[in-house]
Amino acid sequence: MRRGRTILLNVLAIGILGLLLSLAEAYCNGYQTQILNLIAINIILALSLNLIYGFTGLFSLGHAGFMAIGAYVCSILIMTPDQKDMLFLLQPAYDWVQNAQAPFFAAVLAGGAVAAIFGAIVGIPLLRLGDDYLGIATLGFAEIIRVVANNIPRLTNGALGFKGIPAYADLWWNFGWALVTLYVIVRLLQSNTGNVLKAIRDNEIAAKAMGVDVFRYKLLSFTVGSFFAGIGGALLASLLTTIDPKMFLFTLTFNVLMIVVAGGLGSLTGSVLAGIGITVLLEWLRVVENPVNLLGFSLPGIPGMRMVVFSLALIVIILFRREGLMGMRELTWRSLAGVFSREKA
Amino acid sequence: MNLATFIQNILNSLTLGSLYALVAIGYTMVYGILRLINFAHSEIFMLGAYFVFWGITLVHLPWPVAMVLAILVTASLGVLVDQVAYRPLRDAPRISALISSIGVSFFLQNVAIVFFQAIPREVYRPQWLEDPILFHGVRVLPLTLFVPLLSLVLMLLLIYIVYRTKTGLGMRAISKDIETSYLMGVPVNRVIAITFGIGSALAAASGIMWALRYPQLQPIMGTIPGFKAFIAAVFGGIGSIQGAVIGGLTLGFIEIMTVAFFPDLAGYRDAFAFVLLILVLMVKPTGLLGERPEDKV
Repeated sequence: MRRGRTILLNVLAIGILGLLLSLAEAYCNGYQTQILNLIAINIILALSLNLIYGFTGLFSLGHAGFMAIGAYVCSILIMTPDQKDMLFLLQPAYDWVQNAQAPFFAAVLAGGAVAAIFGAIVGIPLLRLGDDYLGIATLGFAEIIRVVANNIPRLTNGALGFKGIPAYADLWWNFGWALVTLYVIVRLLQSNTGNVLKAIRDNEIAAKAMGVDVFRYKLLSFTVGSFFAGIGGALLASLLTTIDPKMFLFTLTFNVLMIVVAGGLGSLTGSVLAGIGITVLLEWLRVVENPVNLLGFSLPGIPGMRMVVFSLALIVIILFRREGLMGMRELTWRSLAGVFSREKA
Repeated sequence: MNLATFIQNILNSLTLGSLYALVAIGYTMVYGILRLINFAHSEIFMLGAYFVFWGITLVHLPWPVAMVLAILVTASLGVLVDQVAYRPLRDAPRISALISSIGVSFFLQNVAIVFFQAIPREVYRPQWLEDPILFHGVRVLPLTLFVPLLSLVLMLLLIYIVYRTKTGLGMRAISKDIETSYLMGVPVNRVIAITFGIGSALAAASGIMWALRYPQLQPIMGTIPGFKAFIAAVFGGIGSIQGAVIGGLTLGFIEIMTVAFFPDLAGYRDAFAFVLLILVLMVKPTGLLGERPEDKV
């Protein structure tokens, strides 16, 4: 497959996505649009965690923390000073929080950037740790972020959080950012840097012996991953229009981890597909939590049932199909072409 | 702060610390043998407390009987979790079992939400634990003496099992080298099951006493104590039982004393442990008494 044709096909695919999005905008109701938006954001989050864990082998459980940073930074920047006046009831906001304002695009970017800075700051001490220690330490980082958000009311409005965040994050923004995420991560992984990252994942000691500056590449991957986690958090804040520290519990990281594992560690296609599938599944499972009227019998809703099914699914996947949906394979134009013309493949 | 309050704070730290220590022992034993952070351990802790609650309210068992039964049931549950969710993954990459344990943790927590409901429940406390004793002007809750004493008894029992019985010898052998233990005829799977049973029993005991100390039951009550106990295990040196006890007590003291001396920091209470964790991991990743794991090429 020549380079020119691949670019053409990519442009075509983006065009089709655009067409579908404008159709969705015209015909979908609010609830369906919300699900589509969540799909885009979950894809961003899954891709970023897959870069960190699936491609570099860094077991990070800190995603919720980076998302929280992105969400708070973006929300502060897009709310008007008047809004903040109303919002900060208990204690007035710091002056710089009160007066900071930026257009949506810049605010999202700032959310990602601050998350990336934090990623680098915690990465420098923590990335020297082995896999499960790294997991628990990054989890600790996410918890610390949450506790801090609870305790600095002049910055984050404490436990009350923010309400009425302007809802700029529509289908175009979300899917646009999802495409950007996909593009950046694909380019990163196709470059020589990507090969180094995979080498570190497969055998860190061997990579070190080949003269790779393992730590620098780990830090790079972790920082890029936290950047996009921040972007995802920022978009989520604007989509849901309300955030508070309770939203960024470990459950949030768990959901993203679930998508990555289900899709296949080390497969971007897997993350995209699982991002779509699991978002839809999670919404569909809401049915079991709501009261149902079945043939005249009214069954009460069962709160918690959704997560029971969901966590059971994760256990089943890890026990019986550890490689997930795609394993480490990718769906590319080349492999598609291979399917259609057997003799070449 | 006068002397009476100070002594009360010391007793409180001892209580909290020994509760952490009991849970930390379970983490450290499983990690020592399987190199697995058993995330489901905090849910075992929670379920132990709930089983006592249901034993008393539904079956009207007397309190001590309910407590012993709950510990036994929870221990079996811990063994079951290992058999179903971890045993098939013994030869898989270590992270697989870790993800499985995260799944089990969420599963148990949400099963508890489904069956026990998320509303907090009041716990029955025996009266003799609640009447304060006045001792030279220091008001002492019998509970703050009962918890450390019972914990001490359980720990001594554990140390006896680990260092004086054949099963204990098996545990120590497996934690050194699991492959060789197989070859030497150690019944590895049975010893691992017993380890899970003992760890879960201690977690249940801790959960039950936690519910006496902070008399409210919630399906999410295990999460934060579980994390902290794990941190205590890392601080003491994961894999080492003595380390887990030292780590638990240290964490208990840090938490209570920091809040006692700097009340302004009370809101950050849940973050202390995590800051401690990150500091320990940066300075001495093997903890106080831990052995340095080798990088195998």
